[in-house]
Amino acid sequence: MDSVHDMGGTDGFGQVAPEPNEPVFHAPWEGRVLALQRAMGFAGAWNTDMSRFAQERLPPAIYLAVSYYKRWALAMESNVMERGLADPDEIAAGHALRPGRKLKRKLTAALAAQGLGRGSFARETNRPALFKIGDRVRAKNIHPKTHTRLPRYVRNHVGEVVVVHGCHVFPDAVAQSMENENPQWLYTVRFDGRELWGADADPTVKVSVDAFEPYLEPA
Amino acid sequence: MNDDHRHDDSHDHGSELSEMQLRVRALETVLTEKGYVDPAALDAIVDAYETKIGPRNGARIVAKAWTDPEFKRRLLADATAAVRALGHESRVGDHLTALENTPKRHNMVVCTLCSCYPWEVLGLPPVWYKSAAYRSRAVKDPRSVLADFGVKLPDDTEVLVWDSTAESRYLVLPMRPAGTVGMSEDQLAELVSRDSMIGTGLAKTPGAH
Repeated sequence: MDSVHDMGGTDGFGQVAPEPNEPVFHAPWEGRVLALQRAMGFAGAWNTDMSRFAQERLPPAIYLAVSYYKRWALAMESNVMERGLADPDEIAAGHALRPGRKLKRKLTAALAAQGLGRGSFARETNRPALFKIGDRVRAKNIHPKTHTRLPRYVRNHVGEVVVVHGCHVFPDAVAQSMENENPQWLYTVRFDGRELWGADADPTVKVSVDAFEPYLEPA
Repeated sequence: MNDDHRHDDSHDHGSELSEMQLRVRALETVLTEKGYVDPAALDAIVDAYETKIGPRNGARIVAKAWTDPEFKRRLLADATAAVRALGHESRVGDHLTALENTPKRHNMVVCTLCSCYPWEVLGLPPVWYKSAAYRSRAVKDPRSVLADFGVKLPDDTEVLVWDSTAESRYLVLPMRPAGTVGMSEDQLAELVSRDSMIGTGLAKTPGAH
């Protein structure tokens, strides 16, 4: 969906301000949010792209105003309620009022190391890749209302395939349904800065995105 | 100091902190009572990120690549396999790529759509990496972003910006600083800043603060 999370190229956000000696978490609740997200992911309650999509659907003004981990917390509450894992009255009460549903598995302290690792997104396919390294490709001018990983700033621009990553789980599909991985070939496509930002742009800059095959057409 | 930073760190800390502390505790209690999560597992995850998984892991990888040409070759060919062979607390994901900086080419990593970052080798991303300022500007005007970090590259160095829009994760292999001949891997690792592995900094020169 086209919303404020798709920030590449937006002006006006000011300088980047590194924080000296930044702590891992700025408050204990941030660590709990992160760990809850990991544990619920391990349990199979939802997947990474469902978390991202829940954040993207926050009202734009809220997305921009709240801190990073608060955005995670709000998205997690949405996922919990939308998937029927708890009801609004329970969230409001701060206690379970009804028994939980059965999930695939449960993260325990003994398994915590597994909850830290990332899975593999690569999938086998018999379908040949449409593109190869060196091919010129155009990012399609598409505007799905649902989750996508094709940023707006490359749409309708021409770049060059520089890496073929193999076939990977397709975020646009799996954000809608855990069972629908719909694997697609994944490429790194590199764009000249002037192609993206105009003739006055820095000629030494090149920008790449990782783009799934359905995002691309021959140029 | 920009608005984004001020907002995250001071603007409404008092009210947001207490509100969020209560709100997240309520969520954790519900999910625990429902039987979905185990608080002891949550403790273990928080502890791992606070004490075990951080940029020191990446720094050791870089220092090894600087001193061991065969490891560097394997790292650039298949970073996932090369890093996994070293053994880390958190199993590295399947899709790690190392990007080598040279005098002709500087690599810089961003995630414009959210905050994708190579957690296993760098730990959790800093606030600035997740900020709107970085996510918006890195792909459009990377040299001005580097200036915010006090980094100036030669005018003719090519700047490659990698937007992490899928599950591929990128680790920058910074250039080895001058004056480090004969230093041990441990000494070299001290020179590898987190930012140098994201591409917003350079490795430190020995003796510099």
